[in-house]
Amino acid sequence: MNVADKKRLLREMLFARRFEERCYEAYVERKIGGFLHLYPGEEACAHGVLEAARPGHDYVITGYRDHIHAIKCGADPKKVMAELYGRETGSSRGRGGSMHIFDVEHRFMGGYALVGGPFPLAAGMAKAIKMKGGDEIAICFLGDAANNQGTFHESLNMAKLWNLPVLYVCENNLYGIGTRIDRSTAVIDQYKRVSGYDIPSAQEDGQDIEKVFKAAKKAVNHVRSGKGPYFLELMTYRYRGHSMSDSNAYRSKNEERMWSDRDPIILLRDRLIEAGELTKADYKAMDTEILDEIEDEIIAFAESSPEPRVDEVEKYTLAENDPWVYGGGR
Amino acid sequence: MAELMYWEAIRRAHDEEMANDPLVICMGEDIGVAGGTYKATQGLYEKYGPERVMDTPISENGYTGLGIGASFLGVRPIIELMSVNFAWLALDQLFNSAAKVRYMSGGQLTAPVVVRSPGGTAHQLGAQHSARMEKVFMGIAGLRVVTPSNPKQAYGLLKSAVRCNDPVFINEHELMYNMKGEVPDAEFFHPLEGSEVAREGRDVTLFGYNISVHWCLQAAAVLSKQFGIEAEVVDLYALSPLDRAGIARSVRNTHRAVIVEEAEAPVGVGSEVMAIINEECFFELDAAPLRVSALNIPIPYNHGLEKAAIPNANDVVAAVRKMFGK
Ligand SMILES: Cc1ncc(C[n+]2csc(CCOP(=O)(O)OP(=O)(O)O)c2C)c(N)n1
Ligand SMILES: [Mg+2]
Repeated sequence: MNVADKKRLLREMLFARRFEERCYEAYVERKIGGFLHLYPGEEACAHGVLEAARPGHDYVITGYRDHIHAIKCGADPKKVMAELYGRETGSSRGRGGSMHIFDVEHRFMGGYALVGGPFPLAAGMAKAIKMKGGDEIAICFLGDAANNQGTFHESLNMAKLWNLPVLYVCENNLYGIGTRIDRSTAVIDQYKRVSGYDIPSAQEDGQDIEKVFKAAKKAVNHVRSGKGPYFLELMTYRYRGHSMSDSNAYRSKNEERMWSDRDPIILLRDRLIEAGELTKADYKAMDTEILDEIEDEIIAFAESSPEPRVDEVEKYTLAENDPWVYGGGR
Repeated sequence: MAELMYWEAIRRAHDEEMANDPLVICMGEDIGVAGGTYKATQGLYEKYGPERVMDTPISENGYTGLGIGASFLGVRPIIELMSVNFAWLALDQLFNSAAKVRYMSGGQLTAPVVVRSPGGTAHQLGAQHSARMEKVFMGIAGLRVVTPSNPKQAYGLLKSAVRCNDPVFINEHELMYNMKGEVPDAEFFHPLEGSEVAREGRDVTLFGYNISVHWCLQAAAVLSKQFGIEAEVVDLYALSPLDRAGIARSVRNTHRAVIVEEAEAPVGVGSEVMAIINEECFFELDAAPLRVSALNIPIPYNHGLEKAAIPNANDVVAAVRKMFGK
């Protein structure tokens, strides 16, 4: 990772932070409805891992906390915001919402709301990659609490059994909604749980993007070289409540401060400043530019976009005019 | 035209589709080396190898999800769930992922998987091996449901299901795998929508699907011979979407309807067909429609009790006689 890369990643992470904060505001203004799960605090996970992979080429799948993964894969933030606004120009044409961002063109294969749902889907994409003989890999990002689903164990077993090119990334933010990991999970270190499937794994500091990048590079290389699945656990923390309806009352101020002291953006920023590669003024200018872009382009696009047509409410339920429905004849 | 057994017809469809497209695979418990519980995949492992004929671990939700994920990238998996009773474990992936992904991605992604599974009450298999679950599948938007009543349909429906871009659930029947029937020698694709008039008649329509079509046909023969009642039998091989037009067409013809289902009455095919008749052609009716359904109980082990729980052709005859006051 050279200096230019680091500066770019700093900007991407800051953009992700500001994007999510703006979502928060839009939700409070009731411009965004439904469940909204935000990513601040965890930026180094998605950015570090995907920087080490090939976004837009590798197939990526995740849960409901999905805006930033989609954007890092190449999704247009304008379309992501329009999706949150429920507009026809949204990435899922307003039919998906925050938890169901998709950008298949950039191989972002979706956000899914069932905890643990993407585990087998990722293994299946890896199976397809293997059959078709490509050099892509499948990458699945999920939280710590998802590992208590049966699909976790079923998928790890099959991924190893069939030697599938899939990387499982566990974003361990220590909580599943309001339940702290030690109250739901017998083994706290998640990377240890995969040893029963003989899958190589590692645990890394998820706040330091350089460390994430390095660990992910190793993981990605392993998977891409045909050696089968890999499990990477990243220790991280979400700053806000689980979703907008979560009061966040179950965590101590002390704990929150401990983590915000190791903010992924500040860590990288200060490192660049110390190295003389960035000034405080540069950073400020970067931030202002981002805030302007979000307001003038992204929010403006979402606000001015049309609603989906009500007479198209049934569209996309089933394939349209599929000849095989009629016996292939029509 | 060759006589094939139901399982042979399914096997033939697998074989042809796998030969036609290298991305067609099949997966399930004991389907490969062991050849399949009902022989529906016999010999395919030897022919196509372990990458395409996958013996899965006993992880129904896991491998169904894996098949769905593979289908996102153009693979066309035919997933066998050993019994619909075990399909409950796979419903999360089938309903939450496969059935919804097209809609919630705004049409970007589809899950062209086929899931086949036998339902029905066989011979004293007890409560946990005797479920009839078609009512569960047919209530899910985004999922097609078909159910073959004979080898020809079993062959042609699977062929079309593999090629269709929607997820399709095929509801087979444990008692029907050894049933014989004519299957055209030439390749053919059965429509996934519609219904079929299995016997023409003018006095009453008997609606059946899968095994109950045969009870209807037996009953129709008795009704004709002994009571002079000519029953039309309509085979609802497509349960989702149901053939509203076909149902209404027949009722306009006969003005009477009896719906025959192997499953319990609540929230089932019978109630749905009745609702459609009500909505489409209520004023055509000369009598209130009737249902012939299973008792609403877990299926008992004891042979006599098991028989009492499930309807048969005599029950259909009795229902029609009641309707006609004969
Ligand atoms: C199958 C299922 N059960 C419960 C929920 C409700 N739920 C949504 S997120 C969540 C916690 C998941 O925590 P984790 O996997 O650690 O991810 P995080 O939100 O912390 O990123 C729960 C219980 C759900 N969406 N799906
Ligand atoms: Mg968590």
